[in-house]
Amino acid sequence: MGDLLFKGTFLLYLLSTIIYSVFFFSQNKTVRKTARMFLLGAGIFHTIYLIFRYFEAGHTPLTSNHDIVSFFSWAMAWGFLSFRWRYQIKNFGSFVSILITLQLIVAAMSSSEVRELQPELQNILFPIHASIIITAIAFLAMAFCGAIMYLLQERELKSKRFGFFFSRLPSLDALDTLNHHCLSIGFPLLTLGMITGLIWSKQVFGSFWSWDPKETYSLITWLLYAAILHQRFTVGWRGRRIAFFTIIGFVVSLITFWVPSYHFTGL
Amino acid sequence: MLLGVNHKTAPVEIRERLAFSNDPGVPYRELKAIPGCEEFTFLSTCNRVEVLFVSSKGDETERKVRDFLFAGSMSYDEAGKYVYLYKGEEAIQHLFRVGASLDSMVVGEPQILGQLKDAYRTSSDQSCTGVILNRLLHKAFSVAKRVRTETAIGSSAVSISYAAVELAKKIFGNLKGKRAMLAGAGEMAELAAQHLLNQGIAEVVVANRTFERAVNLARCFNGKPLAFEELVPELAHVDILISSTGAPDLILHKEDVKPIMKKRRNRPLFLIDIAVPRDLDSKLNDLDNVYLYGIDDLNNVIDINKSERDKEAVRAERIVTEEVLKFMLWLGSMEVTPTIVALREQAQEICRDEISRTLANCKDLSPKDQKSIEKMASAISNKLMHHPILFLKGEDAPEDQRRKLAIFRKMFSLDSVSRQDNGESD
Repeated sequence: MGDLLFKGTFLLYLLSTIIYSVFFFSQNKTVRKTARMFLLGAGIFHTIYLIFRYFEAGHTPLTSNHDIVSFFSWAMAWGFLSFRWRYQIKNFGSFVSILITLQLIVAAMSSSEVRELQPELQNILFPIHASIIITAIAFLAMAFCGAIMYLLQERELKSKRFGFFFSRLPSLDALDTLNHHCLSIGFPLLTLGMITGLIWSKQVFGSFWSWDPKETYSLITWLLYAAILHQRFTVGWRGRRIAFFTIIGFVVSLITFWVPSYHFTGL
Repeated sequence: MLLGVNHKTAPVEIRERLAFSNDPGVPYRELKAIPGCEEFTFLSTCNRVEVLFVSSKGDETERKVRDFLFAGSMSYDEAGKYVYLYKGEEAIQHLFRVGASLDSMVVGEPQILGQLKDAYRTSSDQSCTGVILNRLLHKAFSVAKRVRTETAIGSSAVSISYAAVELAKKIFGNLKGKRAMLAGAGEMAELAAQHLLNQGIAEVVVANRTFERAVNLARCFNGKPLAFEELVPELAHVDILISSTGAPDLILHKEDVKPIMKKRRNRPLFLIDIAVPRDLDSKLNDLDNVYLYGIDDLNNVIDINKSERDKEAVRAERIVTEEVLKFMLWLGSMEVTPTIVALREQAQEICRDEISRTLANCKDLSPKDQKSIEKMASAISNKLMHHPILFLKGEDAPEDQRRKLAIFRKMFSLDSVSRQDNGESD
């Protein structure tokens, strides 16, 4: 049952990505509408799958590789869909859907077996900490997509050779605003996630901070994003530089994600 | 008849002398006093001054109108170099093209239609228009609308200024609230500034080496004049610079702009250099968030859209020609003889219909009786038509004559067929 739900979700995401790519080439509005419907369907299916996982595992499904990546793409899909409700960024969906599908491929390849929960993870703060962090990174991932689009568009504008992307990508201003928007949601969430993590660590290990590699990396990630926002607000950094650092930030947060922890394996 | 000057025939120095902006009532009063100027409307914009009039006296009126336009600032013959005069079909075609923005400096710009509508409203308020111009102008508006909806002439990048706007949109997204600066003067630069204004830009600042020219030009855009020395500091507050000075050297260097970008908090700056030789240092493009485009770069953008534009223009011209023909048809019918012919035809048709219906019921009538009934019917209709036709043939002033014709045709609904053809016209 769970397997079937996951496969269905995956298929819907894949279709939506393919249709979004078709839209990117053809720029036909009906195609975009279809793609969006598929993504919405995938999001709903995915939600059902996560609920199913919760009951199957008997705890919040955020402890295995499969579940974390799956939750990550779920947060991204709904984050993107919620953006659509607020404002529209031309062809943003084509980029975001690719990333979502890539994550689901990773999720599909990792084992979805339900494992015995280590005692430290049974603390109620852990799922709160993890889900906040993952949602934060989902928004940072969207900022990453926007940054790539920004760099592509900026390159065409600077080099004055208008190729494939020029007409298909939105204005630089829209992309910069998108970046700002994603970071100003993602960063507070990241901070909140770090704080809940600290409290959780205090409760289960007895100390707030133990210079575990994972902790060190998350500090680096946090400092990097803090620096980006700081530069934007004080010096007025924007555009290419911000886009560039957003990409670095995202890469670092991915490393943080996969870096092993002293305490656990596979977390 | 249409007499006027525009950006193609007269340089800006001449057009400046024709600006009648002080009191909008004056041209109407003066034109009204010209003999033979029965219906007219008067259009004055930055790029054109035109008088469209209907006259039965032809050349004499034309001469007076031209004298009025140039108001003694130059001789009749000298003025002849700059003005164009269209008559009849040509005048109609020209008006339709103006309204549809095919004759504009920026082809497809939407402002001209509004200006034409204002001109028409003012002249009809002053009761200067009559049957012909009312219909002609309404037709011009509907032609413009057709061109706008049926072709993409207003949407694709059709010239340098369009290219500039297109690029600005890719950089800034929305142009609302942005400010532009115009350095120097020149047709293309003014055009680009005008076009940016049409796109909702908040203000155009004009910098010129001669402050007086800056003031004049700024008035044209409802903008702010600036001394040339203020150009660099002002860059902190504008988003787009259009530069087209006649300076032999660069007027703006990379080093000038670098500190400015800090002041701007890195908000993007779009520099457009359409001067030859160049005004702006090409190294400016290396600065972050500065986008420098020269005239050749803009031409590149245009080429992408050019073939499409040509196609649209051809379609637009076709619509205009079509509508001109339709209008000429109507105009032709606005004469006494064709009206009488149409009326007679209508009467005969009614007679024929009624007779055949009556005779179908009385089959036992002899051919002779049938003949006399037919005769009677046509006699009655002829008698009924007699006085209206006499009334129509009566001598009147040309303007009254046209009004009479219009009422007459309406009364007998002689235009009903042609009305269906161009249903949306009124």
